[in-house]
Amino acid sequence: MSRLSDVFSRCKSEHRAALVSYLTAGDPDIKTSETLLNTLAEQSDILEIGMPFSDPMADGPVIQAASERALAAGTHIQDVFRLTTQVRQQHPDLGIILMGYANIPFVLGFENFAKQAVEAGADAVLLVDIPPEEGHICDAIFQQYGLDRILLLSPTSTEERIQLVCKHASGFIYYVSLNGITGADMGEMTTIQQQVSNIRVHTDLPVCVGFGVKTAKQAQEVGTFSDGVVVGSHFVSTIPQHIADSEIMNQALKQASLSIKEALLA
Amino acid sequence: MSTDFTYDLTIHHAPDEGGHFLANGTLFGGCFAAETLMQPLKEIETAFFEAWVDDEFQAERISLLKHYAGRATPLYHAQRLSKAAGGAQIYLKREDLNHTGAHKLNNTIGQALLARRMGKKKVIAETGAGQHGVATATVAALFDMQCDIYMGREDMRRQAPNVFRMKLLGANVIPVDSGTATLKDAVNEALRVWVANCEDTFYIFGTAAGPHPFPIMVRQFHTVIGQEARAQCLEQAGKLPDVAVACVGGGSNAIGLLHPLQDDDIRLVAVEAAGYGLETKEHAAALCKGKAGIIHGSLSYLLENDEGQVQPTHSISAGLDYPGVGPELAAMMESGRLEVDSATDDEALAAFQILTKVEGIIPALESSHAIAAGMRIAARMKPEQIVLINLSGRGDKDLGTVMEKLAINAEGEAT
Repeated sequence: MSRLSDVFSRCKSEHRAALVSYLTAGDPDIKTSETLLNTLAEQSDILEIGMPFSDPMADGPVIQAASERALAAGTHIQDVFRLTTQVRQQHPDLGIILMGYANIPFVLGFENFAKQAVEAGADAVLLVDIPPEEGHICDAIFQQYGLDRILLLSPTSTEERIQLVCKHASGFIYYVSLNGITGADMGEMTTIQQQVSNIRVHTDLPVCVGFGVKTAKQAQEVGTFSDGVVVGSHFVSTIPQHIADSEIMNQALKQASLSIKEALLA
Repeated sequence: MSTDFTYDLTIHHAPDEGGHFLANGTLFGGCFAAETLMQPLKEIETAFFEAWVDDEFQAERISLLKHYAGRATPLYHAQRLSKAAGGAQIYLKREDLNHTGAHKLNNTIGQALLARRMGKKKVIAETGAGQHGVATATVAALFDMQCDIYMGREDMRRQAPNVFRMKLLGANVIPVDSGTATLKDAVNEALRVWVANCEDTFYIFGTAAGPHPFPIMVRQFHTVIGQEARAQCLEQAGKLPDVAVACVGGGSNAIGLLHPLQDDDIRLVAVEAAGYGLETKEHAAALCKGKAGIIHGSLSYLLENDEGQVQPTHSISAGLDYPGVGPELAAMMESGRLEVDSATDDEALAAFQILTKVEGIIPALESSHAIAAGMRIAARMKPEQIVLINLSGRGDKDLGTVMEKLAINAEGEAT
């Protein structure tokens, strides 16, 4: 069984949804990022570690800026692997996902990427711009290395696409709660709930919901009908808010993650 | 050639079902898009292939191309330019005489008709030089659609007259500040906006790149260029050209000219922007100097560093200032069918001046790259041979840039 399914079993036994958190590796700089990732990992069940990319097409302004800060600070893919290793050493049970855009692993070579990702302790890969139709370029390799491939579903996904995605996904299904980019406003909660149950008809994989979850109340509501709540931009935004003082930044991130986690435990 | 020209509506050399172009076992193109866009893209694909075989759709499209855009555009034997080059006969395909001053309208007419057919009330587009933005704003005015154009702030500065044209046509021009504030960032922003508004909005993509079905759709709308040029050359010169030359940014005018000629015995040459020189990092030559990469929904050649981060590009011409290139051109190069060449800023600027002085035609800086390389190629050929160059746009929009570069003041005197 993969580490991700252990995480979901554990959360299920605690009758709560998993907290799936996101930060971009190397934001605002590599040293501070190590502290922040570990701080966020404390409260998280699964951590998505973003691989900075020059052209983050599916991200809103908050995560775009995070990518730009990380790249400006000189973050390389090897730093992403190093940060992942450091988080893994301190958090043996945490689910870790490397998240980003196709071109980074494509240029590195999927095999090379998969090998280093596994060595660093990653459990899964989420590549926003590789839909199941293009999985032929990476699926076999990820499978060979035991990396789960997280796939997305969205409000525009038809019944046919839901089936296709469920067939190719592993680890969990990431339901994007709105037609938009990361950090936009959430859609209508009852609609999201309906769509999650619709996805469950086609799969036994856990279903996590993300894009736009900003408040403890939203997290709690989403947690009542999903297996995991993904929070990204809300956490990332603590970085530019306290850019001058990494100590305060770290405290703010800790507070933000505690508040969401408590809502899920309630 | 009169307006009774008959276009070939058969789709030749189609990609596979997923939009992949294969060359020597290497795959290009595809649909590397976020899940939210997959269904909207499939809807466009279905609508496009249905419309393409619908006589009514084609009749309206072709009627607009003829009576609104002014097609067929002339093929012109540029004798004085040929003499200046000193070799083969140079023929210019006059896309600069297409309505709005560039080839771009061929595509926007097609996509706007498709948008209307799909019931979309609003169109968005990215633009670099502003020519695609103007062509989109034009059809939006014609079809009474709301229109938002995304344009890098740096490009807005370089192409101020086109920004004003778009605004006059009723479009909103939205500046893009992210990344390098040029064409690639405008594409990113338009994609983000489309993701959030795909229900009522059609994204009129400006070049033969991006996720499937854009590369094949944009190509089909532009093959009028090559089809006309082929027939016109036969009519005027009694034979086909020996070489066909087009500039390449994303590659829409190039694929439009070259695609219908690929089954003939004609050398096909794509000319990229060499900026300050291919030996520097300041260029936009993805085919000459790029590596395989995935950007904006498609696998093709890309200017990127060793870790896959997209590199900033440079060209005097905003329309060529793009780090990627259409996947079909990449596949044609890979298979050896397409030759790639380049022209620097200085060479383009020189060609701009030569064509203006000897023929009285002011070319776009984009097209000036094709003129520069085309003259170089012609110089090595015999007088009875023919070089066909796509003059993809006119240069009025570039006068500011040229004045700046040549250090000429408003009175036309050197400063």
